[in-house]
Parts: sequence; structure tokens; C-alpha cells
Amino acid sequence: MYLLWDSWCGVCFQKLANIDLQHTICTFLLYIYIFYITIMTSTIDDSDKEKALSVSVDLNNDTSLLIDIPDALCERDKVKFTVHTKTTLSSFQKPDFSVPRQHEDFIWLHDALVETEDYAGLIIPPAPPKPDFESPREKMHKLGEGEATMTKEEYTKMKQELEAEYLAVFKKTVQVHEVFLQRLSSHPVLSKDRNFQIFLEYDQDLSVRRKNAKETFGSFFKNMVKSADEVIISGIKEVDDFFEQEKTFLLDYSSKIKDSTARAEKMTRSHKNIADDYIHISSTLSSVSVDDNTALKKHFEKLSDLFEKLRKVEGRVASDQELKLTELLRYYMRDIQAAKDLLYRRARTLADYENSNKALGKARLKSKDVAAAEEQQQQCLQRFNKLSESGKRELTSFKGRRVVAFRKNLIEMAELEIKHAKNNMSLLQDCIELFKSS
Amino acid sequence: MAAEMEPPPLGDAGQTDFREIEDGEGFFVSTVTILESPEPSSPDPPSMPAEGISTNGPKQEDISLDDDPEDLFAEATEEVSLDSPEREPILSDGPSPAITPVTPTAMLTPRMGLGTAEMFERSLDELEEDESGDTFDMHIAVSDPEKVGDGMNAYMGYKVTTKTSMTIFSKNETTVRRRFSDFLGLHSKLASRYLHIGYIVPPAPEKSIVGMTKVKVGKEDLSSAEFVEKRRSALERYLMRTVKHPILLKDPDVMMFLESSELPRAVSTQALSGAGILRMVNKAADAVNKMTIKMNESDAWFEEKHQQFENLDLQLRKLHASVECLVCHRKELSVNTASFAKSAAMLGNSEDHTALSRALSQLAEVEEKIDQLHQDQAYADFYLFSELLGDYVRLITAVKGVFDHRMKTWSKWQDTQLLLQKKREAESKLQFANKPDKLQQAQDEIKELEGKVQQGEKDFELISKTIRKEVSRFEKERVKDFKVVIIKYLESLVQTQQQLIKYWEAFLPEAKAIA
Repeated sequence: MYLLWDSWCGVCFQKLANIDLQHTICTFLLYIYIFYITIMTSTIDDSDKEKALSVSVDLNNDTSLLIDIPDALCERDKVKFTVHTKTTLSSFQKPDFSVPRQHEDFIWLHDALVETEDYAGLIIPPAPPKPDFESPREKMHKLGEGEATMTKEEYTKMKQELEAEYLAVFKKTVQVHEVFLQRLSSHPVLSKDRNFQIFLEYDQDLSVRRKNAKETFGSFFKNMVKSADEVIISGIKEVDDFFEQEKTFLLDYSSKIKDSTARAEKMTRSHKNIADDYIHISSTLSSVSVDDNTALKKHFEKLSDLFEKLRKVEGRVASDQELKLTELLRYYMRDIQAAKDLLYRRARTLADYENSNKALGKARLKSKDVAAAEEQQQQCLQRFNKLSESGKRELTSFKGRRVVAFRKNLIEMAELEIKHAKNNMSLLQDCIELFKSS
Repeated sequence: MAAEMEPPPLGDAGQTDFREIEDGEGFFVSTVTILESPEPSSPDPPSMPAEGISTNGPKQEDISLDDDPEDLFAEATEEVSLDSPEREPILSDGPSPAITPVTPTAMLTPRMGLGTAEMFERSLDELEEDESGDTFDMHIAVSDPEKVGDGMNAYMGYKVTTKTSMTIFSKNETTVRRRFSDFLGLHSKLASRYLHIGYIVPPAPEKSIVGMTKVKVGKEDLSSAEFVEKRRSALERYLMRTVKHPILLKDPDVMMFLESSELPRAVSTQALSGAGILRMVNKAADAVNKMTIKMNESDAWFEEKHQQFENLDLQLRKLHASVECLVCHRKELSVNTASFAKSAAMLGNSEDHTALSRALSQLAEVEEKIDQLHQDQAYADFYLFSELLGDYVRLITAVKGVFDHRMKTWSKWQDTQLLLQKKREAESKLQFANKPDKLQQAQDEIKELEGKVQQGEKDFELISKTIRKEVSRFEKERVKDFKVVIIKYLESLVQTQQQLIKYWEAFLPEAKAIA
């Protein structure tokens, strides 16, 4: 499959060798989707596929509703996902169908779920982040500028690295969107949501349903109000120990995990930088060896080879760390935010309940509208209890999910680090042997 | 200048075995197998100064042994085994700069019927084998940097320890204290003495105003400690390289540097001294000259080598830059890993699931150890790989300098030749003009110039020869050097990986223990 990719790549870049870089990126991204199909069917990337799902475990087990994103197309800034559903449920019109969706459709679905009153007691899976090709694009730009200072093969290698990076970002964004849908489909309540069904089934453009500009602005404003509320609400006295604990924990944890995510990102980037340096060193060594006619010639060649192999391993180290550690932290950062939102909603109903109590008291004093106030108070209490109950369930299962995911990822990361270090070591030792013997 | 030398007893000359001649002015000391006595015959070329010269095979007329017989070896006579392996010929060098160098034996031995160069080399190989009685066995360590004095007059004193079993040194182990300007002074003496006749003198570490000012001011932080360490390591490498050169090793200044407890302060190394300014002026003059001299290269070898060194220079500079980048990024990685470790520890603290919390704290510990590992690796990257490349970039500059000196020598020779021609023309004109006294003067001048021209030619040949040998020695050293250092560097990388495996394997059960 890689051969296919290589030939496409080759064609693409050959043609575009003279055109400016922007066009190259464009067409390149177009070709990514072709590649994506190819890799999805190849065995090489089965492990990648498994990796893809590890941030959240136990998804897509229920055969009554199976969702996946088999391919995606990238044009300029927009990514078009093909959402494929296989279901045995009668609520759907067909047992097997696919629709094209854009990132904005996912956001619409998420917001629709958040705004549904009935789901106030549930943790709504966090919306997938917007596809962000900024970092590789910047690198591509820098590479274009620095082309004159590099040899041909150095440039090719750097370009390859960059392509790999683009691909990684692309795969990540597909994965993150897929996981979002799969969490919905495996949730007993959310999977039955009407909007969700529409999302999966409606075979025309969803843009009519999406927020227009005014609504987007409104939601932004709402978020601001929400954060202000959050501050006020966190001051409310909690009646339930469980929720008190959860609140303290989540508030604290959320800031720490944000911090960790940022630093893990920096660490991963440093690893990538080192891998890139190895490319430069390797190619300079090979040019030194070309000119050299002493006994060092062979040594420089071997060394250049070694660095080339080392940088591939370093690159894997960087990307594995990214997937296992940074992605994990990033995902749970968002998930914890969703849990916090749940707490917020519950606290709001608690506040409402307390307000309705006060209103009832006042009504009783004035002996006016007592029945209405009582009714109100009952409703509030009911809502509060419902939220508390489902909230407790959700938060407990959330913790379980989190612990399992962390465990899996940390184990996998440690194992991969060991594997790569062993690989490095054997490469280095072979080289040392060669050096010492000659 | 050398004329004040006490000639060694010429009676020794007759011995067929090993003789050692030593004089105090930096002349080459070597053991040599001489098969016949050097004859104190009258010097042949009139311009030959009262310097010691070569002894050679019997009946060599053009040798002149002088008051200071300088032992040049190399006689390949039939007795000498001619199939010694090709080794670096050790060349004796001429006397101090003020005097024109002496023609070496290389010019001689035509009667042997072999090409002088090969003969010379083979005999030198033979010499080296003889010399194995006193093989190169020296170890110099520069250590214990200590700040002496205070304020702007403060300086760093380094301890220089020499351990050797070579007989030319008076003691097996000597320790002296030196400061940086002492090193620079040594280098400038060696450079003025040897560079212009074609020896590749290893360059001294560079001055650094910023670094030293920090140290002087007394800033006790990480960067000044790193600076001192960098300098210490550079000085050590500089000394080792200098003594590895067989000729420089025997230079009395070098020996004085290593052995005597007090050295005169090398004031001329200061940037703003008279000598410093003179140096700058000379550098500028040299640069201009380089552009104007166009040499007719008759020897393809030099052309080729010159080109090779130019290429190597470029490539090494590029490699050096890449490796410096690597060092920088690895330091960054270390810093980022450390900061991640801290934040992972905090995360572990705030995690309420006990097993996961413990695992996260363990992760933090692992990452902390790893960050130390990365830092150590960055040091290895720098001190092994990057500094090696930096040293060789500077060495190649010295090599190029030597090539330039050859060009200068050639140009001087050519100039003298032109002058001679002009004088000859003038003389022939004078012959017709019939002015006897002026004619005589002109003829005297011509005789003098003829001598000078011959001298110039000989100088040129000498420097060419010297450079050939030096370059081949340099290349051999380079191969050895690179091999040794690269192996060390790779081993450091291996060690890092081994440690990584250890740390992650220790972490794995912790991660698995999360229930």
C-alpha cells in the first residue's frame, strides 16, 4: 500500500515541483484521502487502528449500532468525513448507509445534545476539536524557504517527514471525530437521540440545521454567562458528600491536566526536533563521506546510515508518545470539562430548587399562589434528584473509564518506549561493532 | 641567531648507532641511525647560514655540517631496511623564523638512485621504528580550574599534569599551574616558529570576552560553570594535540610550558597590546596578499589537496552547525521533560484513584530521571561530537594557513627571481656604459641575488615537502581521532538507551498495577 502512496506522492510532487507551495499543500491534502482508504484496508496499519481507539475503551461493541468513519477528504481547510452506519435497529430506514459530514455538523450535534434539557444529567461526550493543520503547514512553509540550503536528498527526506506529520494530524482528527460518534452510539440514552439519528441518516446537507451566525454569537455569549455562573454556583453549599468530593476533585484535576497536556506537547515537539536534526546530520555525513578518501570514508557512510535509521526510530518515539500520552491527556482534559459541565448543570438545578424553596416560603407567608409555588418547588426537587441520580452514575462510570484508559495507554507507552530503546541500542551496537572491526 | 649554539662534540658523529643531539633552541631532537659521520665540510651554498644541517650518506657534498649540527635523519643507505611500512616521516625543521631555513637532506642522495622523497620517507620510517624505543606515551590532563584574584584582574588558573615515560622529560610526572594567556603565548610562539615552514600547528582555544567577564565578575551560575568546563576541556585537547606532533613535542617552549613552575607572562597575547595590533595588521595584509598572488601550481598533489581541504572545511562546518542544533534541541528536550515530570507529579497528587495516582507519581519520577539522562546525553553530544568537529574546523584553518604560507614562499622566490632578472638586465646595460665601479656593484648584487634565488627555491621545495608530510600525518591523526571519538560518542548513545530501557521496565509493573 505504501508503494501506491509513494507513486501518488511522487506524481504529485513531480508535477508540482515548480508550482508554489500552497498549491502543493492543497493537492497533497487531496491525495491524503486516497491514502486513507488504502491504509484502512492494509494490514500494516491495523495496530494504528487499534491505537486510534484507545483513548476511550469499550466502544463500538454493541452490534445494534455500529458507526465508523471509513474515509475522509481534505480540501484546503475543510475536512469532509464519510460517516458510515451499520444498524439492526428498526428506528433507522436502512440497515447500512453512509453520509458525508463536515466538522461543523459534529459541532451542531454536540450543541444540540447539550441544549437538550433531558440530557442535563448526562456527561455529553466532548465535541471533537477543529482539524488543525497549522503546525505542519508552518513547517512546510519554513522548509520551502530553506530549500536552497539543503541538498536534494535532505530536502526530500524533510518533505517525507512533513508528509508523515500531515498524515498524523489527519488521522488524529478522523479518529477524534469517530470516537465522538462511537461514544454517543454506545450510550444507552444518547444513542436514541433524535438529532443523533438525523445526523447519521439525513442524506442531504445539514447546513439548514446548523447555527447561523447570530446563533453562534448567542452561544458564545451564553458560554461567557455560564462561566460567570460557574463561579457563583461553585460557592453553593453542597448537600451531597459524593458531589462535594467530585467537585473539588474535578476543579483541581482539570487545571492540572491542562497544564500536563501543554507540557507533554512541548516534550513531544522536542523529540520531533531531534529526529529532524538527525536528518540533517545524516545527509551532511554522507556528503562528507563522498569527498573523503581516507579510511574515514566508509566510517562516515556507516555513520550517515546509522543516523538515518536512528531518526526513524526517534520519529516513532515522538509519535507514539504523542498518541499515548499527549492525546490521552488532551482527550481527558476535554472529557473532564464535560463532567464539570454536568456538575454545573446540577448545581444550577440545586440553585433553582433553593430559589423555589424561598419562593414557596414567601408565598406561604403571603398566602398567595401557594399551590403554584409548591408545584414549582416539587418540579425543581424532582429535576434536582433526577440530575443527582444520573449524575452520580455518569461520574462513577466516567472515573472507571478514565482509569482504564490511563492504564492501557501508560502500559502501551512504556512498552513502546522499551521497544524503541532496544531497537536504538541494537542499531548503535551494530555500528560500533563495524567501527571497531574496521 | 642560532649561531650562538654550542656544537655538540663532533666526535659522536662517527658512531653508527643512536645519537641524540639536543640544543636549546627548539631544534628537533631525534634518535637517529647514522651510518657515517657527518663531515664538517664547508658549506656549499654560500648563503647557508651557520645553522646545523643534515648529515647524509657519505660523499654528500652539499651537506654542510655546521656549528650546530642539527640532526636530520634520514639516510637511507643500503643497510637500512627499506621495507618498513609507510609511516609518518618525522621531519626536522629549520631554525627560528629570523633565519632562512636550511636545506634538508631531502635534497640529497641522488646517488642512491631513488627518488628523494620516497627514500626520505622510507628512511624516516626506519627512524620511527628506532624511535619506538621512546614511543609516544604521554598523557596531559588539565584540571582544577580555580579563580585567582578578584575583579577585572582575576583569572582562572588551571592545573596541568603531565604523565609520561618518555626520556626527554626530566620527570615522570609534573604538575604546574597555568593560566589561559600562557596557553595562548605558547601557541603564538609555536606558530611564529613553525607555521611558515609548513608545520600544522594546532590552534589554541579562542578567547571569549563574554565568558571571561562573567567569570571575572564572579557570577556563579550554570553558564559560567559550563564556560569554564568547556574551556578546560578545550585546553586539554589543545595540549594533547600539540604534543602528539613529534616536532612540536621537542620544542623547548613546549617542554618549558609543561615542566617549569614559573612562566613569563605572555603579555603579547592581549588583544590591545602592541603585538595584538601587529597581528591584526598582519592578518589584513595576508588577506589582501592571498587575493593577489596567483600561483602557478606545478604540483597537482597540492592542487588536489587544497581543494579537498576546502570541501572538507565546508562540510565540517555544516556538520558542526547541525550538531550544535542537536545539542540545543536535546537540552530543550531535557528541560521540557523536567517540566512535564513536575506537572505529572501534581496530576498524580490530585488524582483520587489511589492506584492511578501512584502510577502517575511513578511516571513523574521516571520522566525526571529521563530528563537527567537527556541532559547527560546533550553534554556527550557537545563535548564529544560537537567539539571534535569544532576542533577540526579550526585545524583545517591552520592547514589552509600552511598552504598559504607555501604560496607566499613561492611568491617570494618568484619576486627574487624577477629582481635578479632586472639586475642582470641592468648589469648588461652597464657593461656597455663602461662604468667599472657600478658594474662591479651590479655584479656583486647579482651574485647575492642568485644566492637568494637558489635559497628561495630551496625554501619552496622544503616547505612543499614538509607540507606533504604534515598533511599525511594530519590525515592519519584525523582518521584515528574521529574513529576514537565517534566510538565513544556512539557508546554514550548506547548507554542512554540502556538506561531508558531500565527506567521504563521499572515503570511497567506500576502501570500494570493500576486496578
